[in-house]
Amino acid sequence: MTSVTDTASSLDQEHHHGPAKGLMRWVLTTNHKDIGSMYLWFSFIMFLTGGAMAMIIRAELFQPGLQIVEPAFFNQMTTMHGLIMVFGAVMPAFVGLANWMIPMMIGAPDMAMPRMNNWSFWILPFAAVMLVSTLFMEGGGPNFGWTFYAPLSTDYAPPSTTFFIFAIHMLGISSIMGAINIIATILNLRAPGMTMMKMPMFVWTWLITAYLLIAVMPVLAGAVTMMLMDIHFGTSFFNAGGGGDPVLFQHIFWFFGHPEVYIMILPSFGIVSAIIPAFARKPLFGYTSMVYATASIAFLSFIVWAHHMFTVGIPLIGELFFMYATMLIAVPTGVKIFNWVTTMFRGSMTFETPMLFSTAFVVLFTIGGFSGLMLSIAPADFQYHDTYFVVAHFHYVLVPGAIFAIYAACYYWLPKWTGYMYDETLAKVHFWMSFIGMNLTFFPMHFVGLAGMPRRIPDYALQFANFNEMASIGGFMFGTTQLLFLFIVIKCIRGGAKAEAKPWEGSEGLEWSVPSPAPYHTFTTPPDVK
Amino acid sequence: MMQQAKSLFLLLAGLVVTGSSRAAWEVNMTEGVTAVSRNIYGLHMTILMICVVIGLIVFGVMFYSIFKHRKSKGAVAHQFHESTLVEIVWTSIPFLILVLMAIPATKTLVEIYNTDEADIDIKITGYQWKWQYEYVGEDVSFFSNLSTPREQIRNVRDKNPNYLLEVDEPLVIPVDKKVRFLVTAADVIHSWWVPALAVKRDAIPGFINEAWTNIEVPGTYRGQCAELCGKDHGYMPIVVEAKSQEDYDAWLQAKKTAAGKERELTDKTWTMAELMDRGEQAYTKACAVCHQPNGAGMPPIFPALKGSPMATEADQIGAHVDIVMNGKKGSAMQAFAGQLSEVDLAAVITYERNAWGNDTGEMVTPKEIVEYKKTGEYVEDPAKQTMPDNQQASL
Amino acid sequence: MSEQDREQPEAIEHSTRRTVIRSILVACGMFGFGFAMVPLYNVFCQVTGLNGKTDPDPYMYKAAEAKVDTSRDIKVQFVATKNAGMSWDFYPSTPQVTVHPGEPGLLNFVAKNPTGKTIVGQAIPSVTPFEATNFLHKVECFCFTTQTLQPWEEKVMPLRIIVDQDLPKHIKKLTLSYTLFDVTHLN
Repeated sequence: MTSVTDTASSLDQEHHHGPAKGLMRWVLTTNHKDIGSMYLWFSFIMFLTGGAMAMIIRAELFQPGLQIVEPAFFNQMTTMHGLIMVFGAVMPAFVGLANWMIPMMIGAPDMAMPRMNNWSFWILPFAAVMLVSTLFMEGGGPNFGWTFYAPLSTDYAPPSTTFFIFAIHMLGISSIMGAINIIATILNLRAPGMTMMKMPMFVWTWLITAYLLIAVMPVLAGAVTMMLMDIHFGTSFFNAGGGGDPVLFQHIFWFFGHPEVYIMILPSFGIVSAIIPAFARKPLFGYTSMVYATASIAFLSFIVWAHHMFTVGIPLIGELFFMYATMLIAVPTGVKIFNWVTTMFRGSMTFETPMLFSTAFVVLFTIGGFSGLMLSIAPADFQYHDTYFVVAHFHYVLVPGAIFAIYAACYYWLPKWTGYMYDETLAKVHFWMSFIGMNLTFFPMHFVGLAGMPRRIPDYALQFANFNEMASIGGFMFGTTQLLFLFIVIKCIRGGAKAEAKPWEGSEGLEWSVPSPAPYHTFTTPPDVK
Repeated sequence: MMQQAKSLFLLLAGLVVTGSSRAAWEVNMTEGVTAVSRNIYGLHMTILMICVVIGLIVFGVMFYSIFKHRKSKGAVAHQFHESTLVEIVWTSIPFLILVLMAIPATKTLVEIYNTDEADIDIKITGYQWKWQYEYVGEDVSFFSNLSTPREQIRNVRDKNPNYLLEVDEPLVIPVDKKVRFLVTAADVIHSWWVPALAVKRDAIPGFINEAWTNIEVPGTYRGQCAELCGKDHGYMPIVVEAKSQEDYDAWLQAKKTAAGKERELTDKTWTMAELMDRGEQAYTKACAVCHQPNGAGMPPIFPALKGSPMATEADQIGAHVDIVMNGKKGSAMQAFAGQLSEVDLAAVITYERNAWGNDTGEMVTPKEIVEYKKTGEYVEDPAKQTMPDNQQASL
Repeated sequence: MSEQDREQPEAIEHSTRRTVIRSILVACGMFGFGFAMVPLYNVFCQVTGLNGKTDPDPYMYKAAEAKVDTSRDIKVQFVATKNAGMSWDFYPSTPQVTVHPGEPGLLNFVAKNPTGKTIVGQAIPSVTPFEATNFLHKVECFCFTTQTLQPWEEKVMPLRIIVDQDLPKHIKKLTLSYTLFDVTHLN
């Protein structure tokens, strides 16, 4: 091990001679590219962990009856799958992409707060370990769904809930620190001439996402703090017997939760807005309207939370307000879809893997948007609510919406990160297997949901059997395919065809003006933006 | 139009429906048996159709571009990238469609919220993991438990057609009457949902929610709990039987008579074998979910009864009665005094003290339970029939 | 270290610090807002009748002001629920009363502690339809305070209600529900 002084001097050197060697490079790094890579690797590990849990869920649901796991464990799997995918896989992956790309896109040498950046990453593995370790504690891990409604998550929760709360706190602090860093970077470190309305869409969407994060992650922290107090300090925030209200929990949770689902989709909008023009060889249609649409979606996300609670018993007037507000979201979202399609229209398109994933994003996200619009109709939601129709809906917006966009981004920028081209054939196999697997898994869920299958059940009535079997087969296919991605990335890191500085003919932006792989330090002197 | 949508759905899934397997391939929402459920179905199909049409247009343009405007086909990229007019058009048209959509949705919602002038009020209480139905003002109240045998869930036996959707005592209501449901819960949040009635209401501890229905067609309608409520969330179905007014009245009368008979049973002198028999049934219904049919429980949350001091030691019999009657604070153990009859309470306790090799030979009688309810103290009834040793061996 | 190494112009460093401080303040403010949602929600509930939450304080009944509206009969139903951990017997003496708006209705709830332990109970009222919540007044109610029952004690608890004359005309039936919680551990 190096001594403290040695480490310090090696850090000094890193600014002149590239990265330090060995493990301490990663522990102590303040370099946005290193931290970005760590975020991405971390999120992929969590993606596989959460995915493994999804495989257990699909295996149990392959047939009616109890075969593989007990209901109590099944509930822990659904809960952990949700928590890990949201807080461990999707959010850190976007922060990783932001770390890698935002400084290079705006011509900044690094993030504004490099040491805080190191902190916000290194909190994550500890939070994740704490969260997963609850599964091995007495009484099992969290089993109350990722939405952890009180009183199931307070008075009726397993003892490990305290650790779950701490893990959520740590994940929240990490996200808030990451978000503050991104805001500070975007607002202060742009190269001269890079005005706000010249920023790439990815930077814009992340700026808005970061504001959503600092607005709602603290609310989640407040909610879990109240839970902690109810469990250990005899307060009654959510206990009706002591004068509290379990429904209040849902209001606070969804005040966080609805912006949260946009946190998981807005950066995708930015990614797709970069990739579609690149492969259509045509500028993004309606840049200005894209910015305004994103901002309106973010604003609307704060006033629609109770559409998750239509059956909870809200007065008619409230029900109507939240229904109308929710329906309104279709307008800016529609604008975005129309803009992307128009960007493709009369372009000169090629379909390399990033474009395939982006095209699939537009199609499948739109389908998820349609089911979202259906869900917004409050009377119809009385039939949809808490069924597999909802499960199908949010997997249609999150798997293609977040995961496909992240894959598109990875393939798009891998040459810049590694200096090599990835294996296009394998990548296309990865895409098509994921595409087919994803649809085979989640499309039948619309049917069983409409036919009356509630979500979060380990066993089901016989009329749902056929589509569940189909969904499970699709799920196994989708799950295994993701291992191929790991192989493709490792292969790309180890070598391949040399990538040029600008490997994609139509791509635009400052990141393509530096060599591939991007040097350890970029834009130490700011570039000139015309 | 509905038929078209159905076939479109099937086309998308690439499936061929055969008459016999129809049930297992059900793809759409039920139309239901009430005016409200039909309105909701209509809303659902309308908005689905709007989405399908918009989807066809958007995807049509998109796939046209994908096939026509490819570099490999020599397409040259045009450089247009802005049009305020176009943006205004595709902001306002969707907005207008939404306004049109909102009108029927609002009407249906107002109807759903109108609980005035109900003929019958039924209070529905969600428990972990069963439902209780109380006919307000009628002195009729009962619990409704899953009746699917455990062997079917464990794949030991073939499954019934109504697997997981069958209960021991269904909710019975008359047709063509406005029935108001008062929905609440006794522990965590549940949600009472019957798709054919299009009624889904969250049952929230401490608060009362209302919903209503007016069933037009007699029949049996099945549903399930729709809000995650713990371990056996998937095992608390709902069955509603809609009967004609005469049949309903007869049923209600029979229910009241049965309650009287149950009270008579309390005074009867019970033998060990009778109590064990009845105890096993009651245990299966009320206790086996947590403590397991073999009494092994699921420690640490649901402790074992087999061989536990409380169920085997003679001086613990009072504590045993107390915990079954009054529950245990801060644990999942509910107070069963209000949930089971005196006979069932006595039978369950007797069963727990003698099953699975606990073999204490001790017996708790319904009369003792009645006394316990009066005094709060378990006093053994010296007059109760004691069991010969040879009978115990035969258990 | 790296911040200084990069030799950021002082102006940038200054504005970065300002951005960070502002963002942290927003985050802290939102943490506070999460807690502020508790009282805000309660006010909101009382104004709208959401969840049937009734006024926690006794209604000041002035016989002189309360004109009885004899043109209308309002049915008020009573239902009682025991939370799962609660072992008391708890029921209304009558399932329903019919009153004119403005006219007080009186009935009893009976509670009995069937155990050998002292137990503190709290009854939580809830009214449906929500719209009627603010028109059903409780002049006297056991729900204003916690109730303590000694072992095997039985208590008859009076409840006096008044339906407001301004109750919307279309409402003809109200339901007042009480859920009884064991709050011994909270006291």
